Amino acid sequence: MPQIEQIAATLSSQVFWLLVFFGLTFVFVGLGMVPKIMGTVDLRDQQIAGDLAAAQAARDEATSQEEAWRKRENANRAAAQGVIGEAKAKAAAASSIKLAEAQTRLDGRLAEAETAIDAARTSAMAEIEAVAADAARDIVARVAGADVEPAAAQAAVKEVMAHG
Amino acid sequence: MAAERSAAAAVQNLEAAEAGKVDPMKQFTIEPILGSDWQLADGINIAFTNSALWMAITAILVWVFVAGGMKRQLVPGRWQMAVESMTGFIDDLLEANVGAAGRKYVPYIFTLFMFILFGNLLGLVPVGLIPGVHAFTFTSHFTVTGVLAIMSFSIVLIVGFAKHGFHFFSLFWPSNTPAFLALPISLIELVSFMVRPFSLALRLFVAMMAGHVLLKVLASFVIAGGSGGIGTGVLVGVPSFVLMVAISALEILVAGIQAYVFALLTSLYINDAENLH
Repeated sequence: MPQIEQIAATLSSQVFWLLVFFGLTFVFVGLGMVPKIMGTVDLRDQQIAGDLAAAQAARDEATSQEEAWRKRENANRAAAQGVIGEAKAKAAAASSIKLAEAQTRLDGRLAEAETAIDAARTSAMAEIEAVAADAARDIVARVAGADVEPAAAQAAVKEVMAHG
Repeated sequence: MAAERSAAAAVQNLEAAEAGKVDPMKQFTIEPILGSDWQLADGINIAFTNSALWMAITAILVWVFVAGGMKRQLVPGRWQMAVESMTGFIDDLLEANVGAAGRKYVPYIFTLFMFILFGNLLGLVPVGLIPGVHAFTFTSHFTVTGVLAIMSFSIVLIVGFAKHGFHFFSLFWPSNTPAFLALPISLIELVSFMVRPFSLALRLFVAMMAGHVLLKVLASFVIAGGSGGIGTGVLVGVPSFVLMVAISALEILVAGIQAYVFALLTSLYINDAENLH
């Protein structure tokens, strides 16, 4: 086994060069590079954690803003509903007033028309009486040969018409 | 003349057979490449050996691998992701075993893990296909694993005594136990504590050496079977080769597991020193 046979001749060389190369590796790699690499990893972990926290904060902020927006929107909607109701009531009142005005105007015109009709009817009646009285006098004059006073004829016609 | 020639040919064949024979232990031989007479002090030889060369390659590859992940992008690329997953793996290991105080040991445990892992894996790279190049697994030498284990154990001792002083010895004393039981238990605990660096070093060394010896033994079966004729080639050589492929896959797994076990146990021992019960 060369490990044992050569130990006396090679021990110092083995130990020396191992200490040299292990020492160099330890100083340049272990102490020089490893902390930087771990620092990079830590930095990245921190950045990721920070980004996640920021994202969470942004999410919370968005949620609260949405909540506020919803509240505002509900209030706005309620206000709009109020305005609409008010406008509706106002419009209803105005239209009922207008309707009442139109109704009275129409009623007036109806009444006027009825009086006009009544007047027309009365005058027509009077004319019928006059015509009937004239006709009755003519009939009497031709049939009986008697000349009847227009007033008497008129009275007789009036009596007949009143009795129907 | 003819007999002489045939005898010479036989000797040549024998030499070729000797040379072709696979010595499963030869792969662990340390050979100086440069400065076989370099000395740190009188009698302390520090020749640059093949073992040192593979340590150097390991160190460079670990550096290249980690340097590739130094872009420090917010959205990592594949390489950066790979490096970050390795550091994250060690970070999680220490976090789970030591807690928040374990973070300061990440550079050491990471270096330890990567150095052992790359050393283990590099020993399995089939660079032997290039003539004259031989892979060398420095983690299959207990001189190397021993130094690594002593370093880990020293950190445990230094941290333990620096943090808790002589109170660190209470690690061996079981709490809420009558003295007549606690005394022998504490002795057992002390022995098990002192055995830690040895078990740490031997586990890695034995696991790596055993795998490589097994692969070389099977390789010698393939060669012997193949040169023994078509019959033995099919009967012995082919199954041995299939087994070699399977065991190579297993060795890759072992390379990762042993590096992990070394890092895990070191972090567990550090936990004892850091969080004394």
